[in-house]
Amino acid sequence: MTVIIDKTDLKKKYKKVAYYPGCALEGSAIPYDKSTRAIGKALGLELVDVKDWNCCGAMEVKNIDPQVETYLSSRVLSNAQHKNGLDVVMAPCNGCYKNLKQAEHELSHNEKSKEVVSKISKKAGHETYEAGGVETIHALDWIKMGYGEEELRKKIKGGLKGLKIANYYGCMYTRPRHIFPEQAEGAGGDSLTKPHYMDDLLAVAGAENVEFPLKTACCGGAHTLSDSDMSTKLVLNILEAAEAAGAEVIATECPTCHSGLEMHQIRALKRLSKDTNVKVIYFTQLLGMAMGLSARKVGLNGNISNSTKLMKEKGIL
Amino acid sequence: MAIHEKSLIRPENISTHEKKIVDGIDVSGDWSTFIHTRVVSDYNENLQEEIAALPGGEYIHRCWQCGSCTNSCTVNAENPDFNPRYWIYLIRIGMEEELLRDKDIIWQCVSCNKCTSACPRDVIPEGVMKATAHWMELKGHTAPTQSTIFDEVFTEQVIKHGKIEDGEVLKDYMKRTGQPLMQDWVIQLVKNMMKGLPVIQLMRMGLATVFHPKTSNWGSARHAIEEHIAEEQAAHKKALGLDAAE
Repeated sequence: MTVIIDKTDLKKKYKKVAYYPGCALEGSAIPYDKSTRAIGKALGLELVDVKDWNCCGAMEVKNIDPQVETYLSSRVLSNAQHKNGLDVVMAPCNGCYKNLKQAEHELSHNEKSKEVVSKISKKAGHETYEAGGVETIHALDWIKMGYGEEELRKKIKGGLKGLKIANYYGCMYTRPRHIFPEQAEGAGGDSLTKPHYMDDLLAVAGAENVEFPLKTACCGGAHTLSDSDMSTKLVLNILEAAEAAGAEVIATECPTCHSGLEMHQIRALKRLSKDTNVKVIYFTQLLGMAMGLSARKVGLNGNISNSTKLMKEKGIL
Repeated sequence: MAIHEKSLIRPENISTHEKKIVDGIDVSGDWSTFIHTRVVSDYNENLQEEIAALPGGEYIHRCWQCGSCTNSCTVNAENPDFNPRYWIYLIRIGMEEELLRDKDIIWQCVSCNKCTSACPRDVIPEGVMKATAHWMELKGHTAPTQSTIFDEVFTEQVIKHGKIEDGEVLKDYMKRTGQPLMQDWVIQLVKNMMKGLPVIQLMRMGLATVFHPKTSNWGSARHAIEEHIAEEQAAHKKALGLDAAE
């Protein structure tokens, strides 16, 4: 079956969505939360926080019990559907996005998952989520499909003025492929092998996207503390490849990738004496600045990677 | 003539005589290199079933050894000994002793799922790696790995509060693994953060460590999850022939 997404329909559909920030966006990734809300406001896209949301299970709970991870994600979907009364959930975090998609897939393919989710949901006293109730989208889909590149172009003030950007999507935006059926089945969604939504949006904002071979490489985020040496090596590959490609900035769309890059950039310097200077900035912060929002509004000072000087030199701030 | 595939054979299985004369012919050095005959008799015939009984290992029997997993593997690119295809092979034929030689690196899978996306048979090799690492722990071949300790710290917080707080996960993990929290790079990280960080964000992060973020109406979900996990863990032990009461 080929699914062709009707873009005009999505603009209506994504105008008001349930917003699932997840734990990271309330902790280490406050700037991502801030800039996402700021551009939503500036573009007139309404975000309603998922009521009483909980952790999706991240990359850890599944190693203790995968069915519990499915339950945790299903509770978020259930709340969005039954407590918020909305049929689209937007998650800016790749981990959350992947887990909600995975829960959707599990609940439509795996009888045991269905049983366990129903059992725990009943005991927990809330509506059991059933597959197909809510559509999960990423912040990239939200702007690219819900607002559109042509309309976005009209909102750009100042823009990114040829800022050289390596777009980094990480693992969970495109993998594992079987949980993103709409992408695998036809045109409309982002590519799973060569994603480009972030490239597209930042190009509209005036950036010069460099050819970056490690777009979907792994930053070792799952073992960022438990196997730090491995993570540092993997991050260093990404930082060095971005610099070799001529990038001044790595644009990110996942809080785990983002904090991994920032953290291991410092660790690589301390432990391996490898100094890299490429800046790490959330794509929502870049879009916000391109639209004329202040550094404060997009939380630029909240990043560990300090890019204020570069942004001023480039005339972006 | 040298044996070119020498690097593929473990050194203890190769013999070379520096001085050797056989039937009056000098076969010293490489001419006398040979590989020891190896007899494997202690198969664990249940190995595949044991791995398949643990979460993630369910589809191991589908593997047809194409090697797409190892070829696409993030960790293999950094460490050639990390070889999912080989481990799946050993598990499927029951060569437990051989598998145990790599017991200390199997847990290093970073769950990037490149293998899962590349696999033409939907084995979900990432799951098999997790199941195998878990099996090593349950059977007592390894102590709980760093990764497992991190997963436990994280999951405990989720079950207790519904949400996690990054700072507390870091603190608990370092404590439980006996590492000092303030390592050189952590100190540098905090320094860089303090430099530019807006006071309000700093306050928000500080408050979160005192008042742990919590999901409202979470209590009953917590109990239901705890019950479920206890049941599952007992079932896993039973499948591996271990005493559930241990």
